[in-house]
Amino acid sequence: MDLAVVVGIDFIYAVATLALISIGLAIVFGMMRIINLAHGEFMVMGSYSAAVAVHHHVNIWIAILIVPPVVVAAIGAIIERVIIRRLYGRMVETMLATWGLSLFVVGILTMVFGDITEGVPTPIGGITIGSYQASGYSLFVIAMSIVTIAGVYLVLRTSRLGLLARGTMQNAEMAAALGVDTSRIYAVTFAFGAALAGLAGGILAPVSGVFPNIGGSYIGRAFITVIGGGPAALVGTISASTLFGVINQLATFASNPVYGEVALLAAAIILIRLLPQGITGRYFRGSL
Amino acid sequence: MTRFLRENAALVAVAIAGIALLIGLPLVLDLYTLLQVTLYVIYAILALSLAFIWGYGGILCFGHSVFFGLGAYGYAVSVINMGDSTLPFLIAIALPAVLAAALGYFMFYARISDVYVGVITLTVTLIFYNVVNSTAGPQYHIGEALLGGFNGMPNVPSLNIPFQPDNTLEPAGMFVLCMALLLIVYFGLHILLRTRFGRVLVAVRENEQRVEFLGYDSRLHKLIAFSIGGAIAGLAGCLFTAWGNFVSPTAFSVVQSAQIIIWLMVGGAGTLLGPVIGAVAISWLTVQIGTQQTVNANVVLGGILLVFVLLVPKGVAPMVTERLVPWFVSLRRPAASPRNVAGESKA
Repeated sequence: MDLAVVVGIDFIYAVATLALISIGLAIVFGMMRIINLAHGEFMVMGSYSAAVAVHHHVNIWIAILIVPPVVVAAIGAIIERVIIRRLYGRMVETMLATWGLSLFVVGILTMVFGDITEGVPTPIGGITIGSYQASGYSLFVIAMSIVTIAGVYLVLRTSRLGLLARGTMQNAEMAAALGVDTSRIYAVTFAFGAALAGLAGGILAPVSGVFPNIGGSYIGRAFITVIGGGPAALVGTISASTLFGVINQLATFASNPVYGEVALLAAAIILIRLLPQGITGRYFRGSL
Repeated sequence: MTRFLRENAALVAVAIAGIALLIGLPLVLDLYTLLQVTLYVIYAILALSLAFIWGYGGILCFGHSVFFGLGAYGYAVSVINMGDSTLPFLIAIALPAVLAAALGYFMFYARISDVYVGVITLTVTLIFYNVVNSTAGPQYHIGEALLGGFNGMPNVPSLNIPFQPDNTLEPAGMFVLCMALLLIVYFGLHILLRTRFGRVLVAVRENEQRVEFLGYDSRLHKLIAFSIGGAIAGLAGCLFTAWGNFVSPTAFSVVQSAQIIIWLMVGGAGTLLGPVIGAVAISWLTVQIGTQQTVNANVVLGGILLVFVLLVPKGVAPMVTERLVPWFVSLRRPAASPRNVAGESKA
């Protein structure tokens, strides 16, 4: 029984991290049809801002939950204005430009912080379940993932900004005719996605370690989760991360984490072959 | 004959320059520089493979390094087992071609669109990278060849004269071989693009639906083009391993894929000469950056990609031929009206 709980936590944790690292990318892709290949580096910038804040004796909870989204949202807003804005409607060019941006950011981070691993302390110790030891921080990550998704749902569904954003994405010209400043909505949406990436980077900083290249290990998984999920940002992220997270964890149990990731990637390829529009392109259509 | 020369002046010039470099450089350069230049030539072959499938086939391959890496590892594993490099050379070309054909069948026959082709190729690259990276330890071997995981495979034998394992190529011989192969690939692709197959392929890039209405099978054309691109990338991988006697999983890495795309974006994806120049220029630049400590190579490469996507989206070569050459011509022929010049630049 205790073992079942521990194994269950492992599965939910795999799903939750996948959802957490993908949600920011999914918002930007689902609402703006932009694939930001620098998403992993946005997360890394979140992790670094958390690490720097901890070094300056900022409270650990503020350092991982407040500082990263604020910092990365500001950076995202600048990047939207300088780069992304010029490429709206050109998906491939956007991918190439953000790929260049991702290399650029990795280089800058290496120059500033050096090619070493920074640490952020884990604020929660282990907990005991029967005769097994589980990481309390895993439970925190799961909780934060749920809170984040619920928060995104509330923002999109109930706030005026969410309404304007959804309207703009559905029909930008009509929204503009009704007096909505669409270019500002695009900027805010992109910054919102960046903030979510920063938050994910901050939350995962204590578990993953912080070094310049780690974005590469996020972007592959986030990218295929979003593509696998399809156009509906929230439902797509939840369904795709559940599918891929479970497959990942099953293969990890059967062999090792490397083949867990390989199984995840292979499943993604097959899914895209069968449902090129993603899960929500076929099922749950019209959902958020 | 003169008509042929007049119509293909640029190609003839490239051929003469290429042969001059092929003969001249080994005589002029010292050993170290010659080794460096050989690497640039290998990268130029790699750039051509992507230029063909991306620039002419319109296939957005975001994970081209998988074919490069497979050629590199295919050569390393088979030459360590066999000793003689003749068959491994062919295996290194055939293996990526087969993978490309399988992937191409999987993607094109499902009619998966542009961006998703990019996703799948990128994902396949990640799979290969992860798997090969994790094969450290004595239990991972193919025949006598230890895969070595993230440490890579050292002491891979050089290429030898076919069927004479003891007669390996010296650096000068290796340069001549690589340069000759570059010229063969370059002119081979030019000839291929002038055949019926090549023309249909370009038409598929322009408008796939219309080509299908005319009765051509666009899927098959893309599949064959993708396979040819894979084979050429595998050739480059084989030469790369034989050149350095070493291969590591970075051959499969996403950064390697990004580099090939940067060569294309800088040189101009819609040409064959542009990517060759882009590959040589960017590789040279990367080496120069590596010799100093202040600026990180990623900053420069990423910045170059960004600037080119935003400001010079077609690359340098088309900009020279479409903008500078007509401008130069208009300077020399003041009689030509601006409208004619505009017409020329479009053609």
